[in-house]
Amino acid sequence: MFNVRFHGRGGQGVVTAAEMLSVAAFDCGLHAQAFPTFGSERTGAPVTSYCRVDDRPIRFHEPIEEPQAIVVQDPTLLHAVPVLAGVQPSSYVLLNTSRELSLAGVPDGDRVAPDRLVTLAATDLAREVLGRPVPNTALLGALAALTGVVPLEAVLVAIRQRFAGPVAEANVELAVRAHASVAHDSMGTVRAMGPARAGGTVGGRA
Amino acid sequence: MCRPQVVAAYPISPQTHIVEALSDLVRTGELAQCEYLTVESEFAAMSACIGASAVGARAYTASASQGLLFMAEAVFNASGLGLPIVMTVANRAIGAPINIWNDHSDAMALRDAGWIQLYAADVQEATDLHLQAFVVAERTSLPVMVCMDGFVLTHAVEEVDLPEQEQVDAFVPPFVPQQLLDPDDPVTIGAMVGPEAFTEVRYLMQQRMDTAIGTVAEVAHDFREAFGRSSGGLVRGYRLEDADTVLVTLGSVAGAATEVVDELREQGIAAGTLTLTCFRPWPDEAVREALAGARRVVVLERAFSVGRGSIVGQDVRDSLHDLPVTVVEAVGGLGGRPVRRSDVRRLVEGVAADLLPTGRLHFLDLDHALLASAGVR
Repeated sequence: MFNVRFHGRGGQGVVTAAEMLSVAAFDCGLHAQAFPTFGSERTGAPVTSYCRVDDRPIRFHEPIEEPQAIVVQDPTLLHAVPVLAGVQPSSYVLLNTSRELSLAGVPDGDRVAPDRLVTLAATDLAREVLGRPVPNTALLGALAALTGVVPLEAVLVAIRQRFAGPVAEANVELAVRAHASVAHDSMGTVRAMGPARAGGTVGGRA
Repeated sequence: MCRPQVVAAYPISPQTHIVEALSDLVRTGELAQCEYLTVESEFAAMSACIGASAVGARAYTASASQGLLFMAEAVFNASGLGLPIVMTVANRAIGAPINIWNDHSDAMALRDAGWIQLYAADVQEATDLHLQAFVVAERTSLPVMVCMDGFVLTHAVEEVDLPEQEQVDAFVPPFVPQQLLDPDDPVTIGAMVGPEAFTEVRYLMQQRMDTAIGTVAEVAHDFREAFGRSSGGLVRGYRLEDADTVLVTLGSVAGAATEVVDELREQGIAAGTLTLTCFRPWPDEAVREALAGARRVVVLERAFSVGRGSIVGQDVRDSLHDLPVTVVEAVGGLGGRPVRRSDVRRLVEGVAADLLPTGRLHFLDLDHALLASAGVR
């Protein structure tokens, strides 16, 4: 079973991200389950969503407490909610930020393996490609590259199922570009992009 | 899919997206020959459903929590009038303190309202139960609540095998009302009935509910024949053969219960689980038959009767009253607190080791540190 936890704020497509990942997994013939934890529903409030992927049916319903991957869609949450709770030495952490930042002082930040932490300027890239600061499809593309939980093609299928017309195609482009930016070496293992990289790692931005 | 002719609903979390989607289906014409009534309250929603159903329309609504309580008076009227309305209850806690998350306090508060109550274990079953609910309701002339755990199921994306419309049409035939308000042949329904006949009306309701036990089972059987999938019905047992300790649940905890049973069996603990799909009418015989071989039963539910304790546990104990079975009662998952496999496992292990006394309500997941910080010892 592969467990992904998404953290973000209302309006950033956090719930949609987990749902699209589950659709992508389902498209690959895997079993999947996605669900959110809401506070009171309002734009800007912290939102958590979950996606489980397995090759056998998933029978239970409970939050993911020991995720294999954590996606943080909004870096301002690092000090606001325990986004890294339950992080394992092998857990991937995909962080949306265009700034230099450190996990120093972030609860459980010291438990994140440096080579498993990847940053991506997903909001900048989304603004450039979509014209809107919604980073979720970029992060899904990157997550696919980072973890291999689903192939990029499945993510694109899920995006096209969720959105229509030009919006779908713009999100596809966004996911493809984010995917390409997360580099792999020839063995297929992730090359660390560093916990404190300035200026983002994609989109050609300085 | 079930072709309701009138949907009247008032939005409340975590039901909102259900009725929003239905209003969209009506607006676009995808749900044809259906009127969506935007009403000013839940009381109006159920009242509109009563009116619609009384003139022969298939009527549907959905609600939760305070909304369900606000419509309570009309809920009793629907069953008293024998109207086969179907309502989704997106189970949510009741305030105070206000809480939008899941437990079963809302549906349990209407336990005695004369409605059939079916509880879904997962999203697939929630889907299937809606098909079955319309058939059961219209066959028995009783209203049906399909209870699904708020957020846990209402907001979950899971694999669902959606039946084809033709299959559904064959399974849920057009509504043929057993009584009908017709201006050309005027009658009064729901008129005042005094002491001379009120008891008899209630007696007939009880009789009809008793009959409904058979109908619920029969419709689940027909469903399996038609769709090739076992879903709904009265109760569902898992590894009950030679089980010493049986966990009884209802709702979305069922899946975790099966996982825990598998783990405990691997450890050599003879555990099993029984999921109650039908809570009202109470399937006394089915419960008794399923649990008769057990030595210990633990009932875990997401609501309780303040000042008394277990709600479902009372019924289970009653069904087993003359059998040598110990019944332990537990509550957990209140107000959205997740019921984790680890919690369930600890509970069942404790019961299997005879560590949990009977005669009191056990709280599955009490935060003792929080209580201590509030000065409670």
